[in-house]
Order: sequence, then structure tokens, then C-alpha cells
Amino acid sequence: MQTKNTKTFYLIPYFAWIILFVIAPIALIAYYSLFDLSGNFTLDNYKNFFTSIYLKLTLSSFWYAFLITLFSLLVAYPTAYLLTKTKHKQLWLLLIIIPSWINLLLKTYAFIGIFGLYGPINAFLNVFGFGETQILFTDFSFIFVSVYIFIPFMILPIFNALDKLNPSLIDASRDLGASSWTTFSKVIFPLTTNGVKAGIQAVFIPSLSLFMITRLIAGNKVITLGTAIEQQFLVTQNWGMGSTIAVFLIIFMVIVMIITGQRDKGANSNGKN
Amino acid sequence: MSETPIIRFENVTKHYDAETTVLTDINFELERGKFYTLLGPSGCGKTTILRLIAGFMQPSSGNIYFNGKLINNVPANERQVNTVFQDYALFPHLNVFENVAFGLRIKKLGKKEIEEKVLEALKFVNLSGYENREIAEMSGGQRQRVAIARAIVNDPEIILLDEPLSALDLKLRSEMQYELRELQQRLGKTFIFVTHDQEEALAMSDEIFVLNAGNIEQSGTPMDIYDEPINRFVADFIGESNIVSGTMVADFRVRIGEKEFECVDQGLNPNENVDIVIRPEDLEITSVEKGKMKVKVDTQLFRGVHYELSTYDDEGNEWLVHSTKKAEVGAFIGLDFDPEAIHVMRLNETEEEFDKRLESYGEDAYAN
Repeated sequence: MQTKNTKTFYLIPYFAWIILFVIAPIALIAYYSLFDLSGNFTLDNYKNFFTSIYLKLTLSSFWYAFLITLFSLLVAYPTAYLLTKTKHKQLWLLLIIIPSWINLLLKTYAFIGIFGLYGPINAFLNVFGFGETQILFTDFSFIFVSVYIFIPFMILPIFNALDKLNPSLIDASRDLGASSWTTFSKVIFPLTTNGVKAGIQAVFIPSLSLFMITRLIAGNKVITLGTAIEQQFLVTQNWGMGSTIAVFLIIFMVIVMIITGQRDKGANSNGKN
Repeated sequence: MSETPIIRFENVTKHYDAETTVLTDINFELERGKFYTLLGPSGCGKTTILRLIAGFMQPSSGNIYFNGKLINNVPANERQVNTVFQDYALFPHLNVFENVAFGLRIKKLGKKEIEEKVLEALKFVNLSGYENREIAEMSGGQRQRVAIARAIVNDPEIILLDEPLSALDLKLRSEMQYELRELQQRLGKTFIFVTHDQEEALAMSDEIFVLNAGNIEQSGTPMDIYDEPINRFVADFIGESNIVSGTMVADFRVRIGEKEFECVDQGLNPNENVDIVIRPEDLEITSVEKGKMKVKVDTQLFRGVHYELSTYDDEGNEWLVHSTKKAEVGAFIGLDFDPEAIHVMRLNETEEEFDKRLESYGEDAYAN
């Protein structure tokens, strides 16, 4: 039997972590957001956030995050579905996951080479007489690379949801007269929305604050909340404004989590509890 | 047969890969409106037959006919067959009403018609008032009924039931046996029921197919199969049996060990080796002097309705006895039985040969 003391002992690492790396930073950000450049207490930072510059920036952040999530989903769902049908599904899944263990920065740099003016893509286009095309520093390259980076995080939860789906439910749907498409739209997809939601969470939220890829691949042409925070802290040295944007970013994240976090009734329970 | 059989299997074979054959050259015909049971141990191929009829898989060779029409390549969603699955396979994201309405919505029936039919189907399975329940809120027996309602609401010609009672507790299971049988008679539809439970099969079926290792061992009414099992496997699988080896000395004379007994079987070769079945309830306890056989009582169990005695004769054969009389463990008792109680089975006899032999006995031997 565990005594109360040993329980408290086990909780120490958890609380230490929460206090040092979650509560303290958020408190500090909230605190700094209340001061202007010269260190006076003010609410101007919050007022400024609602001016057109920052609202536009927020909107564009959401737009890009939305596109990245959408394309990830469009690629990930069929991929995950196909994976569950293969014979060695765990192996194929592993092959998709392995690249996500490699450092993000390395992979991003690789794309600078691939998309560059003298890279293989341009060389390939040259063969068809397209001439040198600017691929790097475009919206396309930004979304492409982001989708590439995030896709394992979308595939994994969807794969798990599909894999757990009771196959006799699909038989039942066919048995009751449903075509393959109706079976997908009325049974398979509704029962895997939890996986889809988890995937959206894992992609959309980090996409809101991307800044490294915007720098390297989009050449600062795409400005997201992440890049704005970096600029405020490192370039303009306006910690107050940077913190304010961070506060809003946290709020947005919480909202997204609440929206996508609702669990559907009975999904994946296979009808047995 | 005047009417075309609703289902006909013609030399159907199914194998998943070169080595594993699930069904070997299966032939049978099913009549409309009867309750059929496919009975056999797990892995005998009974569920495979069901899935072939439902359209979830195609035969490797051979043909399946539905109302005389070849249906080998008709997909599951275009067959007039509905299945009640072993785990019910109810859609957890839909409530009871929507689960039952699923097939009707696909047929694009009107809203009012759907509601009428769903409520009627739920009434049929005694679930009126449960329309808005979630599946997770239903008990095992209720889910079972929802699954049945979901199948019958589509008015299919055949209803397939894949061990639908196996997940229920004993009491509920015997209740559902009555209900299913009654439901089948009210609907007048063809039911094909898969089970490994011989009691279930005996209680519910018009006709039973006993399967073993991808072959139909025997088919017939529950009484045929119980009273006249074709071989050791069927005798052993259906009910409790005493099966011993013996020799047919002459017509109506069979030898078990050193003793000869009178029986009702004839037409076998003299001194042919045979298997002999005597059901435990056909053995009667009597005194050693009066009995046809002398055995020693090894164990005795009280089974409620009767005592179950495990006894051994001098040659070491075990004889199971069901009796309302008690005996003493370790004591010698006599066993008495009628000549009709002895059922002689030829070794490796096909069902065709078996049926022919039974017919040849004529009315005299089997009048009683």
C-alpha cells in the first residue's frame, strides 16, 4: 500500500516541471506584456494588438496554419487508410515516422538545396524548357515544407483510429446495402474523427507559431505570430509587445484545443464497453 | 424439388492460400422459410460459409446460387441478405433508431416510411421506447435485439446469424433461443444460424449441418442427427456419447469386447469393424446379475436433473450413464439397455451410403 508520503514524493518531479516550465514562463509573459519599451506599466500593448497590422498578421497566421493543416489532412488520411490495409503496416508506419526523428533544421536546410535555383527541381524543369523558376521564398515552398514536416503527426493519430476501427462495422455497413463511398462517409470517417481531431491539433497549433521555416524557406515573406514574436524580442527589443502577442497565441491555442478536443461518443469503442 | 432452392452451393471450395483450405467441395441446398444451423467446432468453416452467402468473400472455386441465379460476383451491398454479427457490429456513433434506419436511409426511403418501419422493427424485438438510446447504454441482450431489428427491417430474403448468442449469459441465451425461433416462424424467412453449441442447434433448427474441417459431415433434422449420427465425430459433437469399437458378427449381432449383444443394424459385412454409440441416457442401472454389462462406478456427479456416472467395464471402456438413480462409487453395477439403444456406425462411410443403408433397413427395423 502506498502511503501519503511516497505519493507526494512521486509528485515532486511533475510539480517541479509544471512550475518551472509551464506556470513560471506563462506568468512572466503575462507580466512583461503589461510594460512598454521604457518599462512603464501600460495596457497599450493590448490596444495595439487590435490595430490592423496585428489583426492582419493574426489572420495570415491562421490562414497559413489552416492551409498547412488542410493539405496535411488531405495527404495523411488516404495514406493512413492505405497503411492499415498493408500486410506489414507497422513497418510502413515506421518508415513514415523515422524522418520525424531527424532534426527539423537539417530537413529544412535540405529543402533550400532542393528548391534552390541550382537544385534538382530547377534542373528537372530545365529539361522541359521552363528555365529557372523561383521556387524558394514562395507561399508554395513554405506550405510544402511545412506539410512535409508535420505530416507524421497527422498520420499517426489517424492511423491509430483507423487501425482500432472494428472491421465488422465495415462488413455491417456493406451488408446493409452501403456502397464503398457511403461506408466511408457514414461509418469509417465519423468513427475516426477523434484521430482527425488529434491530428489537426498536432499540426494546426504548432503551425500558428512557425518561424524558422518562414525564415529559411519563405524568406520572411510569410509573417506569422511566431515570426512577429521573434522580431519583437530580438529585432525591435520590444519585450512588452512580444509578450502580448505570445499571450494571444496561448489564448488561440487554448481555443483550438477546446474546439478540437471534444471527444465523440463511443468512437473506437467497437460498440462494447 | 419443385421450388428452386433459395441458396445452392455447388462444389464450393475456399482457400486463403495454397496450404490452408477452409472449405472442401461443399454442396448443399437450402429451402425457403426454414431455420438452418451450421454446427461445428471453431475453424470448421461454418463462418466462412456464412460470409460466402453474405458476399464478404468469394469462393475459390465452385458456384453459389441465390434463387437459382449465380451470385459469385455480386457484392455484399447488392445481396438480399442481412447479417446479425457475432459482436453485433452496431454503429457506436449512431443511436438505436439510426442504427436500425441505416439500411433504409441507404435505400433512400421517405422520412415517414423509415420511421414507421424502424418503430415496427423495434416493436418486433420488444424494444419499443428505446429509439433514442445510445448503443453504449444498452445491455448485451438489448444490443442483440437492435442487431436483429437492424437486419429484419430491410426485409431480406435470408437472415444470417453468426454465433449471435455466444456473448450472452446462460439464462439470457436460452431465452433468446426461444425468441429467435419464434421470430423466424413469425417472419417466415430463411434463417441461417452459425453456432458451436450443439444444444442451441438441437433446440432451434429445422435442419442442422454438422461441419468438421471444411466438410459437411452430416445434415438432417435435429432428431436424425442425434439418434443416427453418421460417425464418431458427429456422435461425439452432438450430445454426450459412449463411443466404443466393436465388430459386427452377423446381422443384428454386434460384439463389444468379449460380449455379444442384440442390435437392430443389418446389411454390413460379417466381422466388419465398426464404431458403436450408446447415449448415456439409454443406459439403465440395475443389479450386476440382471445387467447386460458389468461395470465399476468410478465417479458420480449430481447434475440436477440426473446423476452422471462415469463407469468402466472389464476391458477398460468408459461408459457414461445418466440416471435418476444413485449408485455407490467403487461398487460394481449392471447396465441394461434395449437393442435399439445400440447405434452402429461404419467406418469412413459417406453421407450418401449412410442414408442408403438406413433406407434399406425398411419399416420393420425402425418402426419403433
